[in-house]
Amino acid sequence: MNFNVKIWRQRNAKAKGHFETYHIDDIESDASFLEMLDILNEKLIREGIDPVSFDHDCREGICGACSLYIDGRAHGPDDHVTTCQLFMRHFKDGATITVEPWRSSAFPVIKDLVVDRRAYDKILQAGGFISVRTGAAQDANNILIGHDTAEESMDAAACIGCGACVATCKNGSAMLFVAARVSSLALLPQGKVEAAKRARAMVAKMDELGFGNCTNTRACELECPKGISVAHIARLNREFLKAKFSE
Amino acid sequence: MADKLISKIPDGPLSEKWTKRKSEIHLVSPNNKRKLEIIVVGTGLGGASAAASLGELGYNVKVFCISDSPRRAHSIAAQGGINAAKNYQNDNDSIYRLFYDTIKGGDYRAREANVYRLAEVSAAIIDQCVAQGIPFAREYGGYLANRSFGGVQVSRTFYARGQTGQQLLLGAYASLNKEIAAGTVKSYPRHEMLDLVVINGEAKGIIARNLVTGQLERFGAHAVVIATGGYGNTYFLSTNAMNSNGSAAMQCYRKGAYFANPCFAQIHPTCIPVHGDQQCKLTLMSESLRNDGRIWVPKKIEDVEKLRKHQIKASQIPEEDRDYYLERRYPAFGNLVPRDVASRAAKERCDAGFGVNETGKAVFLDFSDAIRRLGHQKVAERYGNLFEMYEKITASSPWEEPMMIYPAIHYTMGGIWVDYDLQTTIPGLYAIGEANFSDHGGNRLGASALMQGLADGYFVIPVTIGDYLSHKFAEPKTDINAPEFAVAEKAVQARIDRLFSIKGTETVDSLHKELGHIMWEYVGMARDEEGLKTAITKIKELRERFYKDVKVPGTQFEFNQELEKALRLEDFFDIGELMAYDALNRRESCGGHFRIESQTEEGEAKRDDANFMYVAAWEYKGEGKEPELHKENLKYEFIEVKTRNYKD
Repeated sequence: MNFNVKIWRQRNAKAKGHFETYHIDDIESDASFLEMLDILNEKLIREGIDPVSFDHDCREGICGACSLYIDGRAHGPDDHVTTCQLFMRHFKDGATITVEPWRSSAFPVIKDLVVDRRAYDKILQAGGFISVRTGAAQDANNILIGHDTAEESMDAAACIGCGACVATCKNGSAMLFVAARVSSLALLPQGKVEAAKRARAMVAKMDELGFGNCTNTRACELECPKGISVAHIARLNREFLKAKFSE
Repeated sequence: MADKLISKIPDGPLSEKWTKRKSEIHLVSPNNKRKLEIIVVGTGLGGASAAASLGELGYNVKVFCISDSPRRAHSIAAQGGINAAKNYQNDNDSIYRLFYDTIKGGDYRAREANVYRLAEVSAAIIDQCVAQGIPFAREYGGYLANRSFGGVQVSRTFYARGQTGQQLLLGAYASLNKEIAAGTVKSYPRHEMLDLVVINGEAKGIIARNLVTGQLERFGAHAVVIATGGYGNTYFLSTNAMNSNGSAAMQCYRKGAYFANPCFAQIHPTCIPVHGDQQCKLTLMSESLRNDGRIWVPKKIEDVEKLRKHQIKASQIPEEDRDYYLERRYPAFGNLVPRDVASRAAKERCDAGFGVNETGKAVFLDFSDAIRRLGHQKVAERYGNLFEMYEKITASSPWEEPMMIYPAIHYTMGGIWVDYDLQTTIPGLYAIGEANFSDHGGNRLGASALMQGLADGYFVIPVTIGDYLSHKFAEPKTDINAPEFAVAEKAVQARIDRLFSIKGTETVDSLHKELGHIMWEYVGMARDEEGLKTAITKIKELRERFYKDVKVPGTQFEFNQELEKALRLEDFFDIGELMAYDALNRRESCGGHFRIESQTEEGEAKRDDANFMYVAAWEYKGEGKEPELHKENLKYEFIEVKTRNYKD
């Protein structure tokens, strides 16, 4: 298959970016999107052009590193997959494909398609944990958790922290990301003790870091590669209100 | 210098060794812990859990990772589960049984005392993880659920869907975040260690490259913990993440840390085959599939040819023309033989010309019998998500046609040599998790990698490192202006300058791919003396070509992924060579290491306990020189050494 790939090039955080279009031939339809970029980079290096930088690692859809905005959609045209699990057979032969980094003021560009997502770490550092010390735990079966509750908690815990929700949201809100963590822990007895405090601290940090507000457009849910439900945002709001009332 | 290999295994009965060692270890008081600095390199299960636990104890911890966040470490991709001797199923599991299975699974090349300790702390790992809020699978009564894995007869594996590694890592990462917030741990993402700094024979710091600015930075400490995982990517194609590398381990090796059993690499039988030469990463399909899937290739070479030309489909080949070769060769275990055995058998059939895809490197994993026997719904419950994942990648449905699978490099049992305290041959330098060699011998059992990473990080290193640091609290902070830091930084700078000065024509990846071909061909599933010698020569030639003709674009002082890869490839050459030397020396077949010269009449692996029941620890002797072998003899006092048999 042959493609024209229109890619955002930006030397560093301070430089001005622009699009460049590259032509690429002989791509197998079974190649993944990132393999196509690998091949393009090999070609660019041979031609003396600086290769395109992009984040990637596990290439199995679980590490959350890959983060490309392809033809106007986070992680591209296939539903519920990360960029690394997107395959070239989803594109028309000869198509022009536009590739951009996540666009969000909270995720500044480092180079080309690579962005700085440390804001996510900072939100989790504000309270996305249960305060238990190593060695302090009781026997695991002393905490009983219903099958369905554990499954619901797991649904939220499946978040890979890629940032697609922020990149998709017109307000650049991180509510789905925050809600996934808050909800996953608040559902479990171990996590309930700090639930309200956690919700308040994480939301405050999110606001401080320049993420936008949630206006319930639900776009994040549609583009989340792990299909995390906006129902978790409702749970976050409940915890947040509880925290407000207890103040 | 053989006296460096002091394993420090405590005396006394197996079950009392860890307790005894803990009671001997000197403590560091809380006010002194504040004065002590520890560097942890890597944030997978081992590194994240160690950094968090050391921070909780009050040490000053600096933690480094190459990704944009500690949460991306490759532990995140582990699917199946984590073993623990809880005996929640009342199936007569015990610490001893987990210990026994692990030693036997490792083909009697792991240390008894280390493995027993691993089994001993396994239960506490599950307690810790549940307390952190990890949503393990539950029964309807609210109790924890278990499942079974290869090589064992009990159900002791805890799991969170097919994402156990992810959930455990997010737990350790959460603990790490808690400590970062508390100020005991400082995190350095997008930083890559490029050298170890040794002062007066002791590990005192690292040189790291800030991957965003490209600057070299110096970091000092009273001790350094390496938790950077395995070196499977030496083979270019593996199930490891793209950025997984063995560089930190090689830097330690070149600074004097011995490297143990490098030739022990695990080749996992059920991976999605290579689809062409544009590929750079292989995907694992869970071992659990072999519970119900049947592995076969055609009996007739004509059918193979038709399959390759897409003239027939697998489902059209009649039953009598199929060779279920695992069931044929290993009637007692059938499709559920251990990973190393299943992998070699697939290679044997493909080498004989029966590979079922265009590349000739694939066999069928067929569920049609299971679908007939159990019904669609039952099979979907068990494997639905895996079928979906397979179809997403290959665009072929396992409901209609059998899966195609082939073995791929998955894990490395070898690693930096450590004593019972997980300290390397350099005082003050520790290695944990997959980065060390200590617990899996010649072959690792499923669901044991997660167990080891967390055992080392949560429960072993926080205790044992205190023994070393208890003598160090009076020492001032390491001065990063010491001449040893300057020398190390200069050497790293020279390495980088050299790479940019070559200005050749070949890309890093194309040369890495060639290294991968050499490794897979000569240091892969079947090895012999001639091939291993060829590998050593070919790697040397390739390294020379690399230094003559590699092309590293861009500059040092920017985000430059090609430079990162070039630096790692330099180290992969060294690892590849070291693996070949070790494989050449080990003239026996054992676990994942199969020497063609050492097999039974039926073609099965033949271990040689009389001559090779030892850990091979290699000492670096300088660039281009043959490494020196040191032997740590293995003594089995509490377990009877047997031959593995899967036929009857």
